[in-house]
Amino acid sequence: MNLIKRLMHRCRRKSPFLFHLNTGSCNGCDIELVTCLSPRYDVEQLGIHLEGSPRHADILCITGPVTRNTLEAVKTVYSQVCEPKAVVALGSCPASCNVFAGSPVIAGPLSKHIPVDVYVPGCPPHPDAMIEGIARAAQILASRGVSARAKGEPQR
Amino acid sequence: MNVSGLIHFFLFPGLLFAVPAGWFYVWGERKAVARMQRRIGPPLLQPFYDFVKLLGKRTPSRHGIEADLLRLWPALSVLSMIGAIAMLPVFPSGRGFSGDAVLLVALLELPSICFILAGFTSGSIYGEIGAIREAVLSVANNLVFLLSIVTIAVTERTFRLSDMAGGSWNPGHWIGVFGILLCIPAKLRLNPFSTSSAEQEIYSGPLTEYAGAALAMWELAHGLEWVALTGFVATLVVPASGPWWFHALFFVVASFAQVMLLSTIAAATARFTLQRAIRFYWRWAAVLAVLVVCSTIYMRYRW
Repeated sequence: MNLIKRLMHRCRRKSPFLFHLNTGSCNGCDIELVTCLSPRYDVEQLGIHLEGSPRHADILCITGPVTRNTLEAVKTVYSQVCEPKAVVALGSCPASCNVFAGSPVIAGPLSKHIPVDVYVPGCPPHPDAMIEGIARAAQILASRGVSARAKGEPQR
Repeated sequence: MNVSGLIHFFLFPGLLFAVPAGWFYVWGERKAVARMQRRIGPPLLQPFYDFVKLLGKRTPSRHGIEADLLRLWPALSVLSMIGAIAMLPVFPSGRGFSGDAVLLVALLELPSICFILAGFTSGSIYGEIGAIREAVLSVANNLVFLLSIVTIAVTERTFRLSDMAGGSWNPGHWIGVFGILLCIPAKLRLNPFSTSSAEQEIYSGPLTEYAGAALAMWELAHGLEWVALTGFVATLVVPASGPWWFHALFFVVASFAQVMLLSTIAAATARFTLQRAIRFYWRWAAVLAVLVVCSTIYMRYRW
């Protein structure tokens, strides 16, 4: 049993699938996230894969300050990602609303609506920082899966 | 069923060989594409990590006939692929499952049909668009695929797989093999025929609503499809005489060579639109295939 747990921990850490959600970002962080897939940074060597469907994903990468229009989408997509899951807030916008703070059309920051595991601040953050944040989220994801099993949480 | 049939099904080239081989081929394709793009690419065990991780995901609970069907399609794909792989005459002289080409074609076609049905069952709009694209593409490439198999069958005067296997010197045989090779990218949904699971347009196509263990089964079925299709071509070109270990080695090496060839094509091409893909198969490949079948039948009755 212990062996299976350790294997699952390792596999979760080694194969994080991402789903990228833009909640009204200026597109700066989105461009930097896509840069991580390019030959220069090549995140595929860490097993990271950008998925088209939130159902396939383990880590939800959110950019943007969460506008009122996208709030429902954020909640829906968050609930569509299957457990165990982790959330990474990319850039300063989801963390603090950045220069948009106080605007009437902004419903952020993100942590008011869904639990955030890793913040990667910056405007936009460097791709290296994004990769480090995603790798840390994968660690959190792996340990979360094991502890949830140990507690005997019911299957959803 | 005799003992050698069981060995074919469970050991080689069946379950015990095919599952790791499928992961290895999927890794080979991803790694080759990465190297051609000057990237490092995924580690060797990546498809295995993905598979185990997906098995450990908690999936949303569904109820009713739809839930059962959504679970049935990937399971059916995996089973039909293992059956197809077990039928392959890896050892031309040996006795395995003695089946003929018609059964093999039916088994090879099942995953594609399950893929289409999965798209419609899921009820997702992206799934339905992907399913329609896959259905149209399947009609397009199967014409050439079947004509190629008929060409080989007419040349070798048999539909028995063990008699069709082995590279003879007849040109009809090799044109048939070439025709089958032309169809493999569409059957594996690789570039330039990846329109049914085009990520940038329709997310994951028919698999959009899948998660967890059922998605892991689809990944497994895809790996097994690689083994079955490349293995089928490998058995058609293997030299008829030789010791058993040579045949086994040839099977693996020839399959992997095809994986490299297909990933080179996938990395070097962009995605065709559906119309272009159909045009490729129906205008060029099908005309060629019909000509070859006619000439082969003519040659057979003249002699």
